[in-house]
Amino acid sequence: MLTAILIMALGAIVLGSALGYASIKFKVEGNPLVEKIEAILPQTQCGQCGYPGCKPYAEAIAEGEAEINLCPPGGQEGVRKLADLLGREVKPLDAEEKPKQVAIIDEQTCIGCTLCIQACPVDAIVGAAKQMHTIVGALCTGCELCLPPCPVECISMARITENIDSWKWKYPVIEIKQLKRVA
Amino acid sequence: MTHYLFIIVGAVLVNNVVLVRILGLCPFMGVSKKVETAFGMGSATTFVLTVATGASYVIDHFLLMPFGLEYLRTLSFIVTIAAIVQLTEMVIQKTSPVLHQVLGIYLPLITTNCAVLGVPLLNVANQYNFVESLLFGAGSAIGFSLVLVLFAGIRERVEGADVPVHFRGVAIAMVTAGLMSLAFMGFAGLDKYQ
Amino acid sequence: MLQLFKFKGGVKPDTHKAPSLQQPIGRAPLPPRLIVPLHQSIGGIPNPLVEVGEYVLKGQCIGSADQWLSSAVHAPSSGTVVAVEERVAAHPSGLPTLSVVIETDGRDQWIERSPVDYQRLAPERVREILRDSGVVGLGGAVFPSHAKLAAAKSVAMDELVINGAECEPFMTCDDMLMRERAEEIVRGAGIFRDLLKPKRVLIGIEDNKPEAVAAMSAAVRELEADYAEFEVIAVPTRYPAGGAKQLIRVLTGKEVPASRRSPEMGVQCFNVATAYTAWRAIAHGEPVISRIVTLTGNVDAPRNWEALIGTPIRDFVALGTPQADTNSYLMGGPMMGFELPSLEAPLVKASNCIIAGSKTLFPPALPEMPCIRCGACAQVCPHELAPFEMYWFARARNFGKTQEYKIFDCIECGCCSYVCPSHIPLVQYFRFAKSEIWSREREKNKADAAKARFESRNEREERDKAEKAARLAKAAAAKKAAPVVSESTASAAPAAAAAVDSASEAQAAKQAAIAAAIERARVQREAVQPKNTDALTIAQRKEIEQIEARRAPLQGATSSTDTASQPSPKEEQ
Repeated sequence: MLTAILIMALGAIVLGSALGYASIKFKVEGNPLVEKIEAILPQTQCGQCGYPGCKPYAEAIAEGEAEINLCPPGGQEGVRKLADLLGREVKPLDAEEKPKQVAIIDEQTCIGCTLCIQACPVDAIVGAAKQMHTIVGALCTGCELCLPPCPVECISMARITENIDSWKWKYPVIEIKQLKRVA
Repeated sequence: MTHYLFIIVGAVLVNNVVLVRILGLCPFMGVSKKVETAFGMGSATTFVLTVATGASYVIDHFLLMPFGLEYLRTLSFIVTIAAIVQLTEMVIQKTSPVLHQVLGIYLPLITTNCAVLGVPLLNVANQYNFVESLLFGAGSAIGFSLVLVLFAGIRERVEGADVPVHFRGVAIAMVTAGLMSLAFMGFAGLDKYQ
Repeated sequence: MLQLFKFKGGVKPDTHKAPSLQQPIGRAPLPPRLIVPLHQSIGGIPNPLVEVGEYVLKGQCIGSADQWLSSAVHAPSSGTVVAVEERVAAHPSGLPTLSVVIETDGRDQWIERSPVDYQRLAPERVREILRDSGVVGLGGAVFPSHAKLAAAKSVAMDELVINGAECEPFMTCDDMLMRERAEEIVRGAGIFRDLLKPKRVLIGIEDNKPEAVAAMSAAVRELEADYAEFEVIAVPTRYPAGGAKQLIRVLTGKEVPASRRSPEMGVQCFNVATAYTAWRAIAHGEPVISRIVTLTGNVDAPRNWEALIGTPIRDFVALGTPQADTNSYLMGGPMMGFELPSLEAPLVKASNCIIAGSKTLFPPALPEMPCIRCGACAQVCPHELAPFEMYWFARARNFGKTQEYKIFDCIECGCCSYVCPSHIPLVQYFRFAKSEIWSREREKNKADAAKARFESRNEREERDKAEKAARLAKAAAAKKAAPVVSESTASAAPAAAAAVDSASEAQAAKQAAIAAAIERARVQREAVQPKNTDALTIAQRKEIEQIEARRAPLQGATSSTDTASQPSPKEEQ
């Protein structure tokens, strides 16, 4: 009996110290998973997930602190990809899925206060103090962060309409969807 | 020499650890959605299993048997395997980030892979010596990887098939695994035609 | 006789070519309105050069190429521009595209044409003329021709292939062009030859067009002196022998590898109609404003017409009097074409053929059955792909796998759909997968760019913050140093301070003085009155005052970070 306890204790000590030593010796900074998660996120930096940007959200997911369904711009497709990567269950998006949009400044109303320029996380607004501002449509991610700071409410969101270059061929199969049963 | 060949072929095909011995079903179902991930899991398991069989042989023969502590086998094997997996992960992460990228997320999962515990125990039951143990371990691991990759290939295809609604997901995967298992049963008796 | 090679796969559908070959090319009447889309070629979208109300002459440039890979667009007839707006395009989507609408005046008056002797011009200049004349590949791909006329630097050009195969059923526009205007085609091909300097020029024509072969051979013989290396070759009739890579394979035996371009193999390929328009552009100064279009199918009078680009398709099909049971119109052939979403769409440079369809001519597609993996599609695929595999993964939306099976080498020729015993519209699946992959790529690039901008912005903010902190620290240090010397002469302080305190503190004080000066200048700049305020009307002045009043509270808001206390001047407006 005593031998058994001794041997197991010995084993535990040896393995424990080996692991402890290794954890110090082979310490690695950073988490490669964060980069993979971030690659899936749409980089709108909108903060709708409750984190200040896409990278913090990716870190939170990697740590297991955040749900994967908090990113409205990524949509259900993004949730599916994250679930795929992390082996988690696909959950319905925690918000309404919105169509893609861009912000537009009503240039007549703009007073040139630069507040929206400071709010834009992706430098998509050009303008200077007391000068009219405008949004570079191709750079706008549609994050809506410029809406609240505008003192004259001259910024509105417009849906991106399909044009010939962005048009996509449709899936050739008409999918059968189960209709909700009327109670 | 034929003896060793028999051990390997037996472990890979005839007594396949997953489909015939029904061990390690958890990763077999869990990480078989894509061929790439299945391949990563297979390589990680192969590595760990080979090391684990060697280590458990040493522990069994030089620590447990001399003191007549055979009843502690399962316990000590589990502890050893867990420690080996952790160590391997840390070492790989530091020394080869690329390999860690491939194996990284699967390594912790191997701790709970019952095939990794089962194979050392089978070694003891078969009274294999050190070389035989290693070969059996490696063979089992190769067998595991083989069926994992095959199964992942099939599942990738099944994804595009018109599977009846109630069979979708794990259900059809189980049916597939059953059919594969039947196919591997066909290897039984391979050694009779030597 | 040259040794011919074979390409793998291909099918032999009924050609249906005879009806539209009975009559010579007709000149389509001038429609009352022309709708000319600006984006008619691959590459950049031309910028509109005309405004509403402007009078344009036939051949006047109305859209200039905006980059190297782009092509100009011209007014097909004289008249008045009545609109520059989005109009429905001849595109499967039925979506609108920016177009110039011209109300024709019936005079059809040409702009001054300036023919050039291209042999005396530098090759770059010739390519420029071709670009500005809107010469694009008229086989249907509308790739700007000038971009194909620069030989690869590393590989010598061996063969120039002139594509007169016209393998699509129903289509006869190239056939008629070769019969009637063979000499100009040969001369046009001569321009390409002089730019590319190949060893041989091979004109490939499918052997079901003996008249075209004869006409082209006669033209080459007649012009023997200048075009000695030209050879007209009849190739076996098999769809898609007219595919560029297939025709190159048949004529030269060279196989163009996946995702490589033919010039890397020392071959270049042009359509006969492209050669013809190139000759018209160079030797007659006429830009591409019309093309030969086959009108056939379920019409009483099938025929080839030389129609102006921009002719509304409704006007065009009326020339053939469609039969009563016509229910659809295809643009392009039945294998690769698409159903026109609207007859309001105009003819464009890519419109080689308009087919009126009916239930008897094109019976509705049979229901799609499961794939039985018979492999018939793989046997007929001219690019030696495995369509059944690509189909399987495109259906499952596993786009990574479709790319592993080289979906982007698919030319959408439709052979696989043609032979499929399960009536699976394979090409549709491939188009779906391709456009889905493209759109994802676009989104990914956009996200990456957004991320890069976000990161550089964060970096900039950090830097600004650090600089500001450093400035403040220095100012604080300067304040500490200032009381040591006299208070009135702050500018003289640094020198005195250096004597009293350590050298580093003096440095700090100096910096602080500079910072203070900059700050003063900034305040002064801000206080400066706006310019040109002298000659203002009273109303304008009042407006300015109002605006200033609105701005006054905001000025404070912009400098402070506290946005909660902002007034909302919306009510004032």
